[in-house]
Amino acid sequence: MAVESELSQDGKLTIRVKGRFDFGRHMEFRGSYERLQSVPRCVVVDLKEATYLDSSALGMLLLLRDHMGGDKSQVSMVNVGSDVRKILAISNFDKLFDIS
Amino acid sequence: MSSQDVLTVLIAEDSATDRLLLAAIVQKQGHQVLMAENGEQAVALFAAQRPHLVLLDALMPVMDGFEAARTIKLLAGETLVPVIFLTSLSEEEALVRCLEAGGDDFLAKPYSQVILAAKIKAMERMRRLQATVLEQRDQLAHHHRHLLNEQRVAKAVFDKVAHAGCLDSPNIRFLQSPYALFNGDLMLAAFTPSGDMHVLLGDFTGHGLPAAVGAMPLAEVFYGMTAKGYGLAETLREMNAKLKRILPVDMFCCAVLLNVSFQRRTVEVWNGGMPDAYLLRATGGEPLPLVSHFLPLGVLPPEQFDDHTQVVPMAVGDRLFLLSDGVVDTRDENEQLFGAERLRQVLIANQVPGQLFEDIQAALAHFGGQPRDDVSMMDLCMVESHALSLPPLTYTDSGQSSPLDWSLHLEFRAESLKRFNPLPFLLHLLQEIHGLRVRSGELHSVLSELYSNALEHGVLALDSRLKRDACGFTEYYRERNRRLQALQEGYIRVGLQVEPLASGGRLTIEVEDSGAGFDVESVLGCSRAGQGFFGRGLSLIRGLSQQAQWLDGGRRACVVFVWVSEA
Repeated sequence: MAVESELSQDGKLTIRVKGRFDFGRHMEFRGSYERLQSVPRCVVVDLKEATYLDSSALGMLLLLRDHMGGDKSQVSMVNVGSDVRKILAISNFDKLFDIS
Repeated sequence: MSSQDVLTVLIAEDSATDRLLLAAIVQKQGHQVLMAENGEQAVALFAAQRPHLVLLDALMPVMDGFEAARTIKLLAGETLVPVIFLTSLSEEEALVRCLEAGGDDFLAKPYSQVILAAKIKAMERMRRLQATVLEQRDQLAHHHRHLLNEQRVAKAVFDKVAHAGCLDSPNIRFLQSPYALFNGDLMLAAFTPSGDMHVLLGDFTGHGLPAAVGAMPLAEVFYGMTAKGYGLAETLREMNAKLKRILPVDMFCCAVLLNVSFQRRTVEVWNGGMPDAYLLRATGGEPLPLVSHFLPLGVLPPEQFDDHTQVVPMAVGDRLFLLSDGVVDTRDENEQLFGAERLRQVLIANQVPGQLFEDIQAALAHFGGQPRDDVSMMDLCMVESHALSLPPLTYTDSGQSSPLDWSLHLEFRAESLKRFNPLPFLLHLLQEIHGLRVRSGELHSVLSELYSNALEHGVLALDSRLKRDACGFTEYYRERNRRLQALQEGYIRVGLQVEPLASGGRLTIEVEDSGAGFDVESVLGCSRAGQGFFGRGLSLIRGLSQQAQWLDGGRRACVVFVWVSEA
């Protein structure tokens, strides 16, 4: 599985994306939060093993943010490597997401 | 056995006993049988009745099985007609010959009913598989042709929209895949009424039709608002709002938008999500990156959208280089990115400006990256304003009914000055005067200068001497934004007066501001001497109008346009 997810007791959903994060991950990524019974309290996208991220991945992140309540959403990205960080920086996604 | 499972089997065998025996076995399995005594008969029967499967004796008179197999395979073309050789031959070489002649299998004499039945079934599976593959291939080819045709039509429609602009101007070079639209890449350029050039390089998320769908409304807004004289900020706001409204959440458009002013020798930039664009000085040296500071278009709701632009001075011969992510995102076989640093090296090393694209492509090839079909590049050169010929404006009415004797007075106060750009509105109004239409570019320039002088030097009390160098330029525009946002009071009054004359008419524009005024004599003196970035606006106004004067200690400008009717 290139996308793994895990929901903690206190409602925190962690989504791990491995390898290339592009359109090929679309169904898996959406499935990881849409199949849940209720909207999680917050989402952490772990990009430790993501090697690449394209614009459709950015689109998927926007979908997730929208699902989580848009401006009120709590979506953060952790373990962001330098290549992926560059892509997020060019698009200024740090203005929408908490990136560390 | 359903009728679909009933096969027609051709049996070619010179021995009557064997032939009848085989026929009996095959018929017993529920299939229909055709019988031939030699290869020639077999070929003729095959051509006439197209059986599904062929059992061929290898050694027959007139034409042997090998030749018959070759001919039958040739006749069958792409359709798989399995050929099973019947043979008492046992030497390896003979069996190889059977396969080389196109046979799919062989059956050794004496015949086993069970093995024959199993082989017919196995061959039938292969035959069906092949038939399915061919059918799907044809369907795919059909869909593909269909898709290409749809793309061709969509592209033809879009080209009509996109090529309405001025990408063919002599100071622009660009490179774009003919199907860039379906990669989501978009390149637009158009003149504003005052002769500035608006340029957009955009990149929609995704590929194919979804990526192309957003391009049309974006291009419409770009051309519509540019032609009406709106500035970058208003155009950006409208484009963002429109895309936000019509696109699904996961679709957006990275874009870099420029306003290149050949009269003022400046470029105004907004970059949201595109790779760094570059300003390349004619004198060489380090390229100045024009960095993405904003989220792409179509992500933020209108109230959160940030339309702040950066203004940078340019000299004649300086160039702007814009590119899509296809360049820096090219990867070599080890997944290494070409990256911005390698690009910077190429920009610095480039000797012949006209060869820049070729240099970059050579560097990409040398880097060993997979060539990508979504590489878009544009190179735009700052030229003397008279080097470009503006397209003639087209009008839908004859101008017979244009009003010729009226005046209008408007006062814009702080809240309006913060948010509203009255220029498109005023220009639109003045377009009603037929005799002034050919000069709408000059009118727009003069109105823009008068308005920005009144706003920046009058109401906001900014000192244009700040703009004497590139650093001060940035500071100037930052300060302009700051003061404008904080503005509590102040006004700009605009008066337009149109009077008919014996042959033609006269337009008087008055622009008055609430500022402290300026020392008219000394500033005009400076501008005559052509010093620095300041004072240029005033000499522009004097150059374009019949008469221009500053009254009330520089607080009120009065400019006159006279025209002669063509009749």
